[in-house]
Amino acid sequence: MNEKAINVVHLYARDMNIYGDRGNTLVLMRRLQWHGYTPRLIEYNPGDEFPNDADIIVGGGGQDSGQSKIQDDLLAIGPVLCKLADEGTPMLMICGLYQLFGKFFKTSNGEIIKGIELFDIETYGKSERMIGNIVTFSKEFGNIVGYENHSGQTFLGNKACPLGRVILGAGNNVEDDGEGARYKNVIGSYLHGSLLPKNPKIADFLIEQAAVKKYGEFKGKKFDDRIADLARKAAMKLPR
Amino acid sequence: MPKQLVTIIGKTVKGVARLRGGGSALPGLVVERIDPNFISHTLSTLPMGVVVISGTNGKTTTTKMVVELLESQGLKVFTNRTGSNFTRGIAAALIGDISLRGHLRADIAVLELDEAYAVHFAAKIPPRFSLILNVMRDQLDRFGEIDHTADLLRKVAEATTDTVVLNREDTLVADIAKSLSGKKVQFFGLSDELLDTFPSDDNLHSESKKQSSEVAADVTLTRFVNNSATFKIDDQEVTTKLQLTGIYNVFNVAAALTLVRSIVGEKIDDIKLVDALSKITPAFGRGEKLTIDGTPLELVLVKNPSGFRLGLKSFDPAGCGTMIAINDNYADGRDMSWLWDVDFSSLRATGADYISGIRAYDMALRLQYDEVPFRRVNKNLKKALRYFIDENRERPKRIYCTYTAMLTIRRELSKITKVEGGI
Repeated sequence: MNEKAINVVHLYARDMNIYGDRGNTLVLMRRLQWHGYTPRLIEYNPGDEFPNDADIIVGGGGQDSGQSKIQDDLLAIGPVLCKLADEGTPMLMICGLYQLFGKFFKTSNGEIIKGIELFDIETYGKSERMIGNIVTFSKEFGNIVGYENHSGQTFLGNKACPLGRVILGAGNNVEDDGEGARYKNVIGSYLHGSLLPKNPKIADFLIEQAAVKKYGEFKGKKFDDRIADLARKAAMKLPR
Repeated sequence: MPKQLVTIIGKTVKGVARLRGGGSALPGLVVERIDPNFISHTLSTLPMGVVVISGTNGKTTTTKMVVELLESQGLKVFTNRTGSNFTRGIAAALIGDISLRGHLRADIAVLELDEAYAVHFAAKIPPRFSLILNVMRDQLDRFGEIDHTADLLRKVAEATTDTVVLNREDTLVADIAKSLSGKKVQFFGLSDELLDTFPSDDNLHSESKKQSSEVAADVTLTRFVNNSATFKIDDQEVTTKLQLTGIYNVFNVAAALTLVRSIVGEKIDDIKLVDALSKITPAFGRGEKLTIDGTPLELVLVKNPSGFRLGLKSFDPAGCGTMIAINDNYADGRDMSWLWDVDFSSLRATGADYISGIRAYDMALRLQYDEVPFRRVNKNLKKALRYFIDENRERPKRIYCTYTAMLTIRRELSKITKVEGGI
């Protein structure tokens, strides 16, 4: 069989899927296809058996009601996710699931929502909402452009490093200039937009890691990202 | 300050603002500064009270329907017709309609209110009737989260003194009924067959079929083919021709009918009601049809994923020029993520002719990932509109546009054709 399958697992597609998270999955599926792989989308929902052939895992944000629906299930599969992360499985977690991949989320009422501790981060619900266009910079990915909308403020512990440094916008919190977190091939971020369409380098990073892990090498193709470049340029000129 | 004086000041500012052109909310702003209780004082004098219409999609067209249907029953209706739906807009509309003595010559007020503002309004002026259309993903950057928006609407319903009308097919809206024990509640709904054709945020990501509801609806839309719609009202089927296009507009007819039936009660004149129904045209930009050089040009306002999906579903792109104009000003919603929750594959066969607006490249990128071809991208809306019309002279044209893009387009179009209702 020479079809090179790559399985993309969309974590909690039903309950944690708000405002464009679908864009990230779609971009991965298309680019995998354009790179010559056969993408397969697996939607994982609470109570499902966790797939044993996950190559890339993506997850997004949710309403409070969505978070409470998935919380127990996430804690149950937490050890599996941590093991996969340690083995180098690429993952992308946006907003709500980024927070729950950390140690905890303490709501503004003082309630503690436990996370799976994959990232050494803590998040605190605050009254101030961080909202608007955001541009960050990472050595690995260059400028990262998107839109943030969150009231949780995330603080990194000693073992975590940020995904990028904020150029325009708020990022993890109002105190330091970090945005997102990175652990091995796992990326956490507050950026919507959706993130991957306008940041194809991150999409290709996830794909490359998955391909190398599964097939020992990545043979990607070059294709036309001019529209993405133009959209990035336009987005970087927008006001906050 | 005496009310008479407040009114005169408002009317004068309105006259001046008109001379300057536009600025529908400006006189209202001035009056609100001078007398913050102006609106509640004036509205409290109405014999049939106040009706509030809120929800994410379709407020403007539904309000227009309710007003015209009530007028068909002989009522004199006050409304915030300009689409300026915040306090100032209402104050501005009041100034236009009241006498210099401060008397509002109307039986009833029907107001379109934004979710966030509706709560403040209802706390001050409890509506007699309220209609909650839907809660969808719209401009989350304004309200934060959908659950929060549903809570806002719940408060409006709880403040209502007579009857609350709810959308049976929108889970978040239908659930509001649970906290309204002891209040009169009426539902509007869809037949099971139409339910499947009507995408909601709930079933956006999974293909699961929607559950049909056990709750009885006062008015149900049962059939919609071409320009003819059938409603089940009180177990009677009524079929009528409509000027409205787009299934979302037609579903809101069921909402308007339910509300009007609750307001008018047994005295309702069905013949006049159906006659008025067949004459209602969409509010500006909501499926509005203009004519340029003898060929139709249709404007479809898109504000959120569900609205855009319904728009694409309602109109066949074959044989038609298509333009999409996306801005990201405050009134449009500033986060572009929502475009990724819309499925554009229905445009794959025909492609799109022009992509424009501040976020033209975000839109083009979105089409690229749905493998929908597009001919040109031009961020300059005025130029793109001109080229689009020039290159599609002979063909019917359709423009999907966000709110502020629509304002620009209408302004430009008014230079070359008749644009109803002013600009």
